[in-house]
Order: sequence, then C-alpha cells, then structure tokens
Amino acid sequence: MTRVRLIQLGIVGAVIAVLELLCRAGVIDRFTMIPPSEMLLALGNVVTSAPWFWSDLSYTLGNLAAAIALSVLGGFLIGLVVHAVPRLRRVLDPIFTAYYSIPTFVLYPLLIVVFGIGPASLIVLGALFGIVAMIVATVTAIDRIPRVLMKVARVGRLGPIRTALLMKLPAASPHLMTGLRLAVAYSVIGIIAGEFILSTQGIGRRLALAYNNFDNKTMYALLVLILAFAIAVNAALGAIEQALHRRWYRA
Amino acid sequence: MTAPARLADYVLLAAGLWLGWMLLFQWAGPEALSPPGATFARAGELLTSAPFWAHVMATGLAFGLGCVVALIGGLLLGLALGAHRLSGQVGEPILSSLYSIPKITLYPVILLVFGLGISAKVAFGALHGIFPVALFTIGALKNTSPALVKTARVLRLSPVETARTVLLPAALPEIITGLRIGLSATLLGTLIGELFASDQGIGFILIRAMEAHKVTDIMALTLLLFAFAAAANMLLLAVERRTHRR
Repeated sequence: MTRVRLIQLGIVGAVIAVLELLCRAGVIDRFTMIPPSEMLLALGNVVTSAPWFWSDLSYTLGNLAAAIALSVLGGFLIGLVVHAVPRLRRVLDPIFTAYYSIPTFVLYPLLIVVFGIGPASLIVLGALFGIVAMIVATVTAIDRIPRVLMKVARVGRLGPIRTALLMKLPAASPHLMTGLRLAVAYSVIGIIAGEFILSTQGIGRRLALAYNNFDNKTMYALLVLILAFAIAVNAALGAIEQALHRRWYRA
Repeated sequence: MTAPARLADYVLLAAGLWLGWMLLFQWAGPEALSPPGATFARAGELLTSAPFWAHVMATGLAFGLGCVVALIGGLLLGLALGAHRLSGQVGEPILSSLYSIPKITLYPVILLVFGLGISAKVAFGALHGIFPVALFTIGALKNTSPALVKTARVLRLSPVETARTVLLPAALPEIITGLRIGLSATLLGTLIGELFASDQGIGFILIRAMEAHKVTDIMALTLLLFAFAAAANMLLLAVERRTHRR
C-alpha cells in the first residue's frame, strides 16, 4: 500500500472517528445524526431483518443495470454516428457542451407523465443522465486514435472489421472507459434521485420514506449503503480507467 | 467556420428540436405533453406575471448565495490542495468520489442540520457546486508549467504572492471551466432543494404544477429553466474561450 493510500485512509478514518466522538459526546444530537458505528449496526439490521430490503434492492439494481446498458450502448452507437457525420457533430456540439449545465431532473415530471410512475421513467431518467457523457467520450476516443495505427493496419492489410476490433477499439479504450465511468456515475445519480423524488419502490424511495417517518436509523443505514456503493463502483472503474490510460499514454 | 454557416447550423438545430418536440407530442398526446406553441405562450405569460418573479427572486437569492459559497470554498480548497503535490494526490481522489455520489441522498441530512428554509437550499446548492470547482482548480494547477513554479521560487515569492501572481493567471482558463460547471451544479442543487422542502421558488412551483398535473405549466417552466441554464452556460463559455485565446 502506498503512502498516499495510507494518508487517505487516515483522513477518512479520522473524519469518521471525529463524527463518532461528536455524536457520543452529544455535540451532535441524535435527531440530527446517529454515531457512525450505529449506522453500520442499523445497516446490518436492515439487511438481515427488513422484509422489504432485498426486493427494493433488486428493483433499484435492475433499473440501474438497464439505465447503464442503455446509456453506454446507446451513447457508444450515437457517438459513432456523430463522429462519422461532421455536420451533425457541429450542429449538436452546443447541446453537448450545455447538456450537463441543464438540470436534467426537471425532465422527471415529464417522464412520469409520459411513462407513468414505474421502472420505465426511472430507467429513462438514468439513461438520459448518462448517455451524453458516453457520446462525448466516444467522439473524443475516436479522435484520439493515433493515425500511425491506421497506417499499421493498412500495411498489415487488415480488413475493416479486424481494423475496428484489433486496432481502433483497443486504442480508443482509455477514453471509452472514462465515458463508461461517467455514464455509470450519472446513471446511479439519476436512478437514486428519481426514486427519491417520486417512485413506488427502490432503495432511494425507502430512504425518502425513512426520512419522512423520522426513522433515523433506517435513513442513515441506507445512506451509508448508497454512498458506499457509489464510491466503490467509482473507485473500481477509476482504477481500470487509469490502468488503461497508463498503458496507452506512458508506455 | 464562417458566420452564415454557423447560423445555418443553429437554425438546423432549432428546426430539428422543434420537429422532435412535435413528433413526441403526436406520439404521447396532449395528456402527457404540450405542443411547442402553447408552451411558449405559457412561458411568455409566466414571464409577465408578478408572482412568478417573486419565485424567481427566491430561487435567485438561494442560487446566488450558493454560488458564492461554492466558488470561494471550491477555489480555496482547490488552491490549497493543488499547490502541494502530496496533498493533491491525497485529496483529489477523495473529492472526486464525493463528486460522484448521489448527493440527493444527503438532502435529509442537510435538512436536519440546517432546518427548513433558505440556509438548507444554499447549503445544498453549494454542496453540488463546490466539488467540481475544487477538482478543476486542482487539475488546472497540476497542469501549470513547472517552469513558472520554479521561476516563482527563484524570485522568492511568498506562497500567497505565488498564488496570486503566477498560479491563478496561468490556471485561469481551466478554473473558469470549473466555475461554469460549478455554477450549473449549484443551480441543480438549489432547484432540487426547492422541490422538496420549500414554500417558494421555481422548484416549488414546478413540483406544485406536477402534483396538479398541469402539463403546460411543467413544460413552460422546464423550457424557461433550460433557456436560463443554456444562456448562462453560453455566456461563461464565451468568457472561457477568451481567456484560452490569450
């Protein structure tokens, strides 16, 4: 383990310890926050004994998987088309730059009106959140493929399909991975937020319910679960992304 | 690219969006969507009504304060972490994982800590904006040419002088990118804050229109928000391009 990792662990540990002390000492009252150790215990309780836990978890994860698949595959395909048609790219460029400055959540009411309350509107919200990151990353990734590789492919007389699979895809992989990581992160945000705002099931919904019922234990348990999940996924994808970038740009 | 060609592109984009909207309207029906004409008319009505502007002021105040907190906090955090190599290496991954979490889940905690009212909205807006500003600032400082930093050291500038006269000007373009993204994230946070626990503001009238199933109102508000966000973004983008060119 490197020094940087150790310091990071130390900082996170210290923050948790300080929160624990402040809560135990009563500086932070129990209606505002429960000690982190109790959050973990409550999470254990929720996982083992809450009757709704597994069905709501699978609802959320299922919608999330669908949203990620839609945004990553859709974004990749749209990215290919956009890159292939320069005119289209020029026309759409203002949308891509402005997209993440627009509060996409305001579309959720419309999605509910169109698709009804249920998985479809959540999945579309999550996918809408993620897809543009993937489109932009795909276009960048193709732009960054070194020209020399295409020459190598021609010298090696590779056909178009083998050129795409053996040369273009690996060379584009670092930036595609960046897009994938962003698309996943945005989809998580979209799905959880959609559930939190208005939904009939799901972990985000349970979190909102627990808050409305002043059930702090369940609320913090689910909060810890969601945050840990988001951070772990982001860190894992980030590690793959960095390994790919290193392989292509420093070797 | 020539100006007429760019104009043609924008016209094409607007026509495409309008066509897409009409097709979607045909498909989904008036129950779900309102047609472009009626939506623009309603947006115009809103813009000339006094109660609407009271809500705009409420949102604007929370948004403005949130921006101030996010920008100053993000810049200070970014400068502190970005100027020192090890603290940057340690801090950046922590900040980027904080940036990637669904912050909406923290909203109950914000409400419990700050109570109902404007301070919760400001805090929630700032919470969204502070991380992108800090991350872009760190990135900008990391990309600053080492020669500049060495020159500052040779000239024996104090840390504050180095930050003010060397690092900030060199990193300005990227920092402005961070500000642009931070501002939009803050707007998002403020609006989400208003969706849940608020009695005034754009987010509040949006959720009220949603509960009453007033489709034209929802669409008109969405349109106005889009227009505002896109305009603010274009303005900052123009500033960004100018600093890049220098």
